[in-house]
Amino acid sequence: MLAKRIIPCLDVRDGKVVKGVQFRNHEIIGDIVPLAEQYAKAGADELVFYDITASSDQRVVDKSWVSRIAQVIDIPFCVAGGIKSVEDAGRILEMGADKISVNSPALTNPDLINELHDVYGQQCVVIGIDSFFNAQSGKYEVYKFTGDESRTQQTQWNTADWVKEVQQRGAGEIVLNCMNQDGVRKGYDVEQLQAIRAVCNIPLIASGGAGEISHFADVFAQADVDGALAASVFHKGLINIMELKEALTEVGIPMRRHHGLTGTQL
Amino acid sequence: MGQQVVIVNTGCANISSVKFALERLGVQVTVSAEDAVIKGADKVFLPGVGTAYAAMRSIEQKQLTQTLQQLEQPVLGVCLGMQLMVTTSAESRRGDVTCLGLMPGHVARMQAGDLRLPHMGWNTVTPKPGSALFAGIPNETFFYFVHSYAVPVYENTLAECSYGQPFSAALQYNNYMGVQFHPERSGEAGAQLLTNFVNL
Repeated sequence: MLAKRIIPCLDVRDGKVVKGVQFRNHEIIGDIVPLAEQYAKAGADELVFYDITASSDQRVVDKSWVSRIAQVIDIPFCVAGGIKSVEDAGRILEMGADKISVNSPALTNPDLINELHDVYGQQCVVIGIDSFFNAQSGKYEVYKFTGDESRTQQTQWNTADWVKEVQQRGAGEIVLNCMNQDGVRKGYDVEQLQAIRAVCNIPLIASGGAGEISHFADVFAQADVDGALAASVFHKGLINIMELKEALTEVGIPMRRHHGLTGTQL
Repeated sequence: MGQQVVIVNTGCANISSVKFALERLGVQVTVSAEDAVIKGADKVFLPGVGTAYAAMRSIEQKQLTQTLQQLEQPVLGVCLGMQLMVTTSAESRRGDVTCLGLMPGHVARMQAGDLRLPHMGWNTVTPKPGSALFAGIPNETFFYFVHSYAVPVYENTLAECSYGQPFSAALQYNNYMGVQFHPERSGEAGAQLLTNFVNL
């Protein structure tokens, strides 16, 4: 049975893992390669690395850390941030990333999604969406350039329409970051994720708001997402991944667990 | 040890992750698109991601079709590399693509019912008993998959997985083997499978 995925997200700036609260006040968590290795060993199913400054700074960022990660970890990982072209994506994939995630550049140039699909295949094209619930209008709105507060802007898209659009263009997976919940550890935005799940027939990953084990159980059980992404609860050691997976298994959510292998070595 | 392990340079994007996985196991590997190097290897890896149409075009441009068809040593296709080993694939906008024809078989779009495609994530694999490639790997071990097309279960199926309906997680036909999942991204279980292959 296909397991639901637990996905630690590492925000990267200048080769260091950082974490901010609602996209602000970044603090350094640690060096990227040992942290990646640690998470792979701890039972993470997949890792996401977001280069949080890349899109908004309009500069070419040193991504040599991608191949250093690919050398040490044996689980899949995705790289996001600053990927604006087929060539940018190709460099990251050649360095050993399994998937690339595109957010703001896809909003600026939606044809990029089709091009990435045609050249590298649907399986490696992840679309990240920053979605904000506007309490006044009662609508979910898509934002871009959220890595830099001074440049963050609302787009013309409401979230469900953008989700449909990116699927038609060939996206292979969607990471929906619910901005109202990000970094505050009060739980995933189950209501929004349910609404998006209803229009999303590719894998959907919940992002933003994880604070305790029950939040993961809720989002899997109630919004039927394929994976749950979280950062600070793992970085700060508030949740142990193995304990999380045991607890989720107990409530009937399929999880990958380690098996005792008995075979030979080289 | 001291074997020549060669990864066929298909021009696809997962070559470095396969190379790194073998290097983590202490295996020296060469990436090559040269006929003599590939034919002289003790073990050959055929990696691939993307679409069957694009990958076959790349293999044809590098004039590797005959080379791959003439191999007698163990060959392991990975993901799309496995799919390229059969006769035809439906993964094209222009009808069926002719694949390498290293074994009979056809790649079809997965019929997952209400489930999402691509089939992406960790799923359980059940190998046939006694398979050397899966030695030491228990039934229901999780491997990492990401694909929307698959080879149905048939006489060359070496291991099964199920998503909506059963499909081939691994194939074997004489010296040609293939896995639909990514052993290079499947943790300890994947490392065991790669070790088994290199030890064949």
